[in-house]
Amino acid sequence: MLILENLIMKYGSGDLALNGVSLRFDKGEIVALIGPSGAGKSTLIRCVNRLVEPTSGSIDVNGKNIASLKGTELRRARRKIGMIFQEYALVERLTVMENILSGRLGYMGFWKSWFRKFSSGDVAKALNLLERVGLSEHFDKRADALSGGQRQRVGIARALLQEPDLLLVDEPTASLDPKTARQIMRLIKELCSERNLLAVINLHDVGLAKMFSDRIIGLRKGRVVFDDTPDELNDTILTEIYGEEDWSGSADKKKVSAQVREHKHMESMDYALAND
Amino acid sequence: MPLVQSAGGVCWKKRKIIENTPLRISLILAGVIYIALALSSVDVNWVRVQEGMGRGLAFLGSFLQPDFFSRSAEIFEGILESITMTVVATAVGIILSIPVGVGAAGNIAPFPVYFICRSIITVSRTFPEVIIAIFFVAMFGFGALAGMLTLTFATIGFLAKLLADDIEDIDPVQTEAIRSTGAGFFQILTWSVQPQVMPRLIGLSVYRLDINFRESAVIGIVGAGGIGATLNTSIDRYEYDTTAAILIIIIVIVMCAEYASGIIRKRLQ
Amino acid sequence: MPLMKRNGAVCWVPRDSKKQLVIWFGWFIGIMLVFLCWQSISAKTMWVFAADAPEQLRLMLMRMFPPKLEYMDKLWKPLWDTLNIATLGTLLGVIIAVPVASAAALNTTPSKRLVRPLAMVILVSSRSVNSLIWAILLVTIVGPGILAGIIAIALRSIGFVGKLLYEAIEEIDKTQVEAVTATGAAPAQVFSYGIVPQIMPAFAGISLYRWDINIRESTILGYVGAGGIGLNLSSSLSILAWSQVSLILIAVLITVVASEWISARVRSRLI
Repeated sequence: MLILENLIMKYGSGDLALNGVSLRFDKGEIVALIGPSGAGKSTLIRCVNRLVEPTSGSIDVNGKNIASLKGTELRRARRKIGMIFQEYALVERLTVMENILSGRLGYMGFWKSWFRKFSSGDVAKALNLLERVGLSEHFDKRADALSGGQRQRVGIARALLQEPDLLLVDEPTASLDPKTARQIMRLIKELCSERNLLAVINLHDVGLAKMFSDRIIGLRKGRVVFDDTPDELNDTILTEIYGEEDWSGSADKKKVSAQVREHKHMESMDYALAND
Repeated sequence: MPLVQSAGGVCWKKRKIIENTPLRISLILAGVIYIALALSSVDVNWVRVQEGMGRGLAFLGSFLQPDFFSRSAEIFEGILESITMTVVATAVGIILSIPVGVGAAGNIAPFPVYFICRSIITVSRTFPEVIIAIFFVAMFGFGALAGMLTLTFATIGFLAKLLADDIEDIDPVQTEAIRSTGAGFFQILTWSVQPQVMPRLIGLSVYRLDINFRESAVIGIVGAGGIGATLNTSIDRYEYDTTAAILIIIIVIVMCAEYASGIIRKRLQ
Repeated sequence: MPLMKRNGAVCWVPRDSKKQLVIWFGWFIGIMLVFLCWQSISAKTMWVFAADAPEQLRLMLMRMFPPKLEYMDKLWKPLWDTLNIATLGTLLGVIIAVPVASAAALNTTPSKRLVRPLAMVILVSSRSVNSLIWAILLVTIVGPGILAGIIAIALRSIGFVGKLLYEAIEEIDKTQVEAVTATGAAPAQVFSYGIVPQIMPAFAGISLYRWDINIRESTILGYVGAGGIGLNLSSSLSILAWSQVSLILIAVLITVVASEWISARVRSRLI
């Protein structure tokens, strides 16, 4: 259902982020992408819905080549591809309900979305999803009033409201504590198997990858170096992917806390800098 | 080097901002020479200053007993005209500055649009309001219309620049997320960009309202309506008590506007 | 409640109806106000003249081009004056602004009830009155010339620099000041070791920024007789020498853009 063929992505500087990646994915699979930072995991995921433009190669979703789409066609394709982000990527000043309903934007015209005229069917689906992710009572809060785990649940609900054919998940747990991380991974796994969805999940945490995925793909320097079931992943292969390290300790130690964007406006100076 | 070995032991000197000594000395020298040259170009006619001092004191004295009444009709009309100009110019300016500001944001506008919008902003911001007013007066005749157009034009440059900088500063991930739902360009604008920049845009608009009022007191000098004309006349007639009254009214209105806009901005946070 | 049932189906609106009503009412009032203001402007406008504007613009542009380049010889001196007005005016303004700002900041003011309000009044008055108005007044007092311009620029700068500076002083890190005080330093020492290093970058940035605004403002001071290139603008306009006007405008554009560029470069180096 998702077939990548010889995908190459070159930066302006000439560095290769993806160096000929060819992969096949089937419906209902939960696939974890692992690899060191800079291996091209994030780029690979973003190439699938063309948030990043691949230099060459083809991306085939249900028989349609995404790589050659433009304008409206691309947006139509995007709405069938759900995406969940590392730092939740909620629009912070909108309410939880608005954030979730934004999953329907690809299905409606501009003016309807401007006046927030969502069909009762969409609203009912949104409410169902809210209940499913356990946030029913928070629907009218602003997104920035939620905790990290709650925000990620909103992000999941938004992606699923798109009624996607496949789910791209970019480091869903990087900003969460280990317990919440497991809960979120379990939720994603459950929701995917309920809907028989393909999920491609970027993970830096090998422990989580082993625990929750059916298949693990290891990337190193833009190339696939491992592609098999979690059981086949051993220390030799990990060394091949990440380089020399002692692999016996707990995986959580490698956890990197994500940088939180700090909006620190020096208000008055800003205004002054305007002109006065 | 901040630490120097000398006869009596180790010496410490404050670290200089510019470490390179010859460069530092020549910069200081250049500064001193410039200031000397600049000061020498100021030719002061001391006799004239002495004469004027009396008028200066009279002016300061009139602040203690400003005359609000003998020209109250003109003052009232001038202030009212200034306010109407300010309101319309700010409203129209905001509406026009939004497309220009969006077009001038490098992260969402294509290059040709970006270039055109940034040029509009540069022209509008470079020339002082008075120069722009001179041209609008030449085109549209004396009066509030020319003043309103001047303030509108200046508002566009001001707001569009800050809006564009603000849009360039937004969290790209939130925009990415909305884009990944299949949203079109205008949906991305209203669902991701707008919520992020709206509070600052409102704050800046209120602030600009305040600036426009202050500027409306100036462009009247070149015939563009408002309280500036009244002010200019009163100075020309040496009616300093009326001048003082007008200045006090302007200061009070600006203070009130600043206080109100402070409250609005705080509530938006 | 933003959720409601309508004909059996669940509906969602971003705000409940009462709040929505208030917002619509606010919009209504705002639009009415703008409309009324526009009407009063329109009533006072001679639309016969205004309708002529495109034709006026065309004539104006035709007379402006080509700019009379020989006139540039007479512009160097006024440009030099303009630069001096801005620079000396900024210097003078900054020198006065520092004590006023430290008198206005809550954490450095000698007296909250007496000195601070006085400093605030100085700052607000200076900010409310445009430098051009100061210039008109000063020309009648000290006579035409660049001295009036320098003082006008300085008077206007006090409020700007002073306000931003006192806000910067109020935002400083208290513990650093406490640490210096704890060493037994005298108040002046606390000021120079605990406060000055913290506000120095902001101070330099604000002053430079004001300098570049002042360049722009000093280009018009001559219009009312306070020296600089505005004098040439006003005399060229009065004899309708449009080809000189266009050259002056180009000179102003280049000067202002250059000063903005310089000030932005130096500021980014400072931070």
